[in-house]
Amino acid sequence: MGEALLTQKLVGDRLELIAGGSWTAPYAGELETEINRLAGGTSGAKPVKTNDVSIDMGGVRELDTFGAWLLERLTRQWTGAGRDAVVVGLPQHGADLVEEMHTVNREPPPRTRRMNPIVSFFAAIGRGTTGFAGSFHTFAQMLGATGVALGRVLFRPSEYRLTSTVHQFDRVALQAVPIIALITFLIGAIVAQQGIFHFRKFGAELYAVDLVGILVLREIGVLIVAIMVAGRSGSSYTAELGSMKMREEIDALRTMGFDPIEVLVLPRIIVLVIALPALTFLGSMAALYGGGIVAWLYGGMSPDIYIARLTDAISLTHFQVGMIKAPFMGLVIGLVACAEGLRVKGSAESLGIQTTKSVVESIFMVIVLDGLFAIFFASIGM
Amino acid sequence: MSETTPVIKVRDLVVGFGTQIVLDHLDMDVRPAEILGVVGASGAGKSVLLRTIIGLIPRREGSIDVLGKDLDNVDESERRALERRWGVLFQQGALFSSLTVKQNIQFPMRENLEISQRLMDEMAYAKLEMVGLSPRDGEKYPSELSGGMTKRAALARALALDPEIVFLDEPTSGLDPISAGDFDELIRTLQQTLAITVFMVTHDLESLYTACDRIAVLADGKLAAEGPIATMLESEHPWVKTYFQGKRGSSLADRELTQ
Repeated sequence: MGEALLTQKLVGDRLELIAGGSWTAPYAGELETEINRLAGGTSGAKPVKTNDVSIDMGGVRELDTFGAWLLERLTRQWTGAGRDAVVVGLPQHGADLVEEMHTVNREPPPRTRRMNPIVSFFAAIGRGTTGFAGSFHTFAQMLGATGVALGRVLFRPSEYRLTSTVHQFDRVALQAVPIIALITFLIGAIVAQQGIFHFRKFGAELYAVDLVGILVLREIGVLIVAIMVAGRSGSSYTAELGSMKMREEIDALRTMGFDPIEVLVLPRIIVLVIALPALTFLGSMAALYGGGIVAWLYGGMSPDIYIARLTDAISLTHFQVGMIKAPFMGLVIGLVACAEGLRVKGSAESLGIQTTKSVVESIFMVIVLDGLFAIFFASIGM
Repeated sequence: MSETTPVIKVRDLVVGFGTQIVLDHLDMDVRPAEILGVVGASGAGKSVLLRTIIGLIPRREGSIDVLGKDLDNVDESERRALERRWGVLFQQGALFSSLTVKQNIQFPMRENLEISQRLMDEMAYAKLEMVGLSPRDGEKYPSELSGGMTKRAALARALALDPEIVFLDEPTSGLDPISAGDFDELIRTLQQTLAITVFMVTHDLESLYTACDRIAVLADGKLAAEGPIATMLESEHPWVKTYFQGKRGSSLADRELTQ
């Protein structure tokens, strides 16, 4: 650098500015400060300009749109104050550029609407509330649309997408087996350890087996599996459908005369309804196994005693309670995931928002549903 | 930079994927302040060439000099400085979807320059007006723009830092003929006022006639022909012949002659 971008000199009652150096993007910051200083302040306040000005651009080596615009701003500051501003010594290509800049930024910039912070706070609450109600609305819509699609498929079974179903089943159920088995095994082990540790104080270690058996079969097995599936498969459903929506693939399906619900949503939901009981069964067994191992190694209870105690403690009812809940949880996860997927709008950000929502909402719904089932089973005495 | 030094100098370039060789010992020069149109059949490697020059695709052999710097012998900071001196318009626009158009244009400015928000706003509006959009469009999100507006907004972002070279990947594809014509004219005007070098990959014969100074034809991984439109019309290369003298090409050539 080294060269001064702008030097000033008073000749008679005329202010002469001599420009030099590079009036380009890398020096734009510096140049702007110079120009603001000349204008008598950095704010938009009207500067006092008592002299006409002439700007000699002959010494400028390079000029780009940044420099050209700043020159234009400088001259506008003077002409705006009713003074004369003359630019001399512009090379041809620079003159074109300045000419171009002459027309821009004539209108006041568009206002970005700023809301009162209090208003926007309440508006956000309102939007959140209606958004929450809206999610229930879309959930109900998706339930209805899936029901209709299911009805149509029942009448014309040949149109059901079996290939897609098998593929989804592989992804959602079979590939989930290792992680689900591992997690539920650990949960079973932890519950057993806690049970034994605390019941030991009362000499009631054997009841830890009851705890593990009932808790796992009725609640933990199905809940853990449902939450895992919501995080693992629900999110992937939302992201898949969402990106298909963004790339207009869903619109393409529709124009070809296919119902996206029937082609994309129905197989996915049916897979979840089948996969969840299967994974729940597997998960419960893994948890009981984990409990048994801990009871043996930590509690000193031989496997024979553990199994005998388990047979006494649990009944078919406990098993049924867990298994009956599973397909409903699958249905809820599938409906929420697909509904949120189809609500994705154009941007990458919206895809992220909907995927988050999908997981949070489906886990929430799973727990609410579990509560409702608990009330239901209690009242029918199961 | 003297008139004879090319802005982009590609020598002996080989690019391939797996066993497939896309560019086979290709040599090419882009001269300062010209608009070079690169044409070729679909899959001939036009976009691959562009993406190789800007460093998105690794090359197997050969050298690329951009603005007098050998891309093999630049360190990280030099490379960043070099990248600041070129702008790229991607085929789909590639505007950041979570930012408004204005923020998209300001993004490179914010990262690379130390200037006030006021100047950044003014420059963003200036760039928008230069590409034929209104400042009000700056507040919109990319998903709210039409195809033509997306291209214009993306061009405004490519021009944000006043680059010396602009790479355009099929700038007029997906536009109606009138918008495409306007866009060609826009590129021409911008090139003249800003004195930039334009490297344009295109399929559009109309663009080649109205916007380009020189044309390079890619075929079989090499440059099949290179020169102004007159050279193309005289070329004996079979693909070049069909392209420029086929039904669509020759009608344009006739129109050009009668004007």
